[in-house]
Amino acid sequence: MAKKFLSGDEAFAEGIRLAKPDVISAYPITPQTIVVERLSEMVEDGSLKSEFIHVESEHSALSCAMGASAAGVRAFTATSSQGLLYMAECLTYASGGRFPIVMMNANRATALPWNIYGDQRDSLSLLDSGWIQAYAENAQESLDLALMSYYIAENEKVSTPFMVNLDGFIVTHTYEEVDVPEVSLAEKYLPPYQTKNKLDLDEPKNMAFSAGPDHNYIFKFKEHRAMLDAVPVIDQAEKKFAEIFGRKYTGLIETYLTEDADHVIITLGSIAGLCRETADKLRAEGKKVGVIRIRYMRPFPVKELAEALKNVKSAAVLEKDISFGNEGTVYTNVNSALFRNGMLIPVYNFIGGLGGRNISPGDIENIFETIENGTSEKVNFIGIEVNPQ
Amino acid sequence: MTEILWLGRGGQGAFTAAKLLGAAYSAKGEEYFALAFPSFGPERRGAPVRAFTKLDSKPVLDRSETEKADYIIILDETLYSEGLGAMLRDGGKILINSKSRTGENIIAFDGNSLAAELKLPTANTVMLGFLSAVSGKVSEEEICFSIDNYMPEKIREKNKLAIRRTIEEASE
Repeated sequence: MAKKFLSGDEAFAEGIRLAKPDVISAYPITPQTIVVERLSEMVEDGSLKSEFIHVESEHSALSCAMGASAAGVRAFTATSSQGLLYMAECLTYASGGRFPIVMMNANRATALPWNIYGDQRDSLSLLDSGWIQAYAENAQESLDLALMSYYIAENEKVSTPFMVNLDGFIVTHTYEEVDVPEVSLAEKYLPPYQTKNKLDLDEPKNMAFSAGPDHNYIFKFKEHRAMLDAVPVIDQAEKKFAEIFGRKYTGLIETYLTEDADHVIITLGSIAGLCRETADKLRAEGKKVGVIRIRYMRPFPVKELAEALKNVKSAAVLEKDISFGNEGTVYTNVNSALFRNGMLIPVYNFIGGLGGRNISPGDIENIFETIENGTSEKVNFIGIEVNPQ
Repeated sequence: MTEILWLGRGGQGAFTAAKLLGAAYSAKGEEYFALAFPSFGPERRGAPVRAFTKLDSKPVLDRSETEKADYIIILDETLYSEGLGAMLRDGGKILINSKSRTGENIIAFDGNSLAAELKLPTANTVMLGFLSAVSGKVSEEEICFSIDNYMPEKIREKNKLAIRRTIEEASE
């Protein structure tokens, strides 16, 4: 393995070079652009033998990737924010057609007001589109997910497209040391894509068809079951990854000091690191606090969250998202998981980082302090001193 | 953790210097970790820009913008203001590209003159060399390794010379 000082975007591009997609179709958008630039350079210098298709829009980018996948080959695309929203129509086509495309999404605010900085409203607004959704914390996990995502998506039982999310700028444009695996190890990890779900002259079949009320329902049920079937495949993908590359991942969630914790912050993406560091500091002061990082929003860690929170007195959901007129979407999902498991601990929502606004170490300490003392407001906006409800 | 805040103008290479420092530091060995990031957003030539490098003996988990820095490096003297002192940690230093500026915790180095002599368009690597001389966080060899790996080939030698000359002059 070679250690390189890379940004999240560059690390992801290195991961895609190792995954060797046959077709890449993408349209550049900040802060995803560097991925597309690096991949086109790799194709140009011959180190990546992919067909790189320059499309005129994101809608075409995903349509094109679907066409490639329907021809039975490995396809990749990448986007962000408005680009993701522009291809939204195609997302359900890809998932309903069971095309295991991998897409990198650079999490970025959605217009208006126009803003290129990071928050998670773009991908979280598309949780229901039938795609697996993972959230990376740093550049290394980004690269590793580029490989694992294909392993999981292409599993015959899963056959579901996979969206890997990197926090805009905070992961995509932040440089850190990354282990770039050897090509031979990547080949050992990820076999070439093989599928029966393809256009085939020897075995002709109808694809991308319509289905009436009776059958459509069954297809949707199967799509849901396939997503749930991804859970054991994620576990299998991570075990094999650890065997070959020596790096361990922890499934749908990652827990930190939660075993004996009274108060826990649940979050996702790059802010989790600062939460863990703050938890260390407060532990040294005798406070029993912990952190849960949600790695997968779909399939959602319903059982895993309940298990990790079973002895906790209160929790916070910290997210860079708001579903206007209600609350943060991650908060809704977490509460639902706890309620389904018969748990009624107080859980508070902390919304911050919208439009890329900085979340400071002091903000995280305040969250831990607030959930320890309790507060009348369930939905709180970091740094805005108005009653939000 | 050691935090370095770089102040420059778009085009002066503040982020390039921040990145070279991070790459040099993390290549020192197993227990050296670094994070480098720009003040995010579209850069415009001439507009004030900030860049950050964080150095630690364990992985850097705090990705937030630096509030208190150990070193503030100013590539363009017009970006100096009195208030910057409040952004220093105890014992922190402001390293400024200037012929003459003096003050509490300020160390000046005439980076522009040396850059001009070496026909470099900007003093970013000169000030990186100056940080090396003042802080000892990374050596000349370590920065040169970083330049060899992360700078375009045609500008490597000039910038390596800038590092060497700065460290020599600063230790005189």
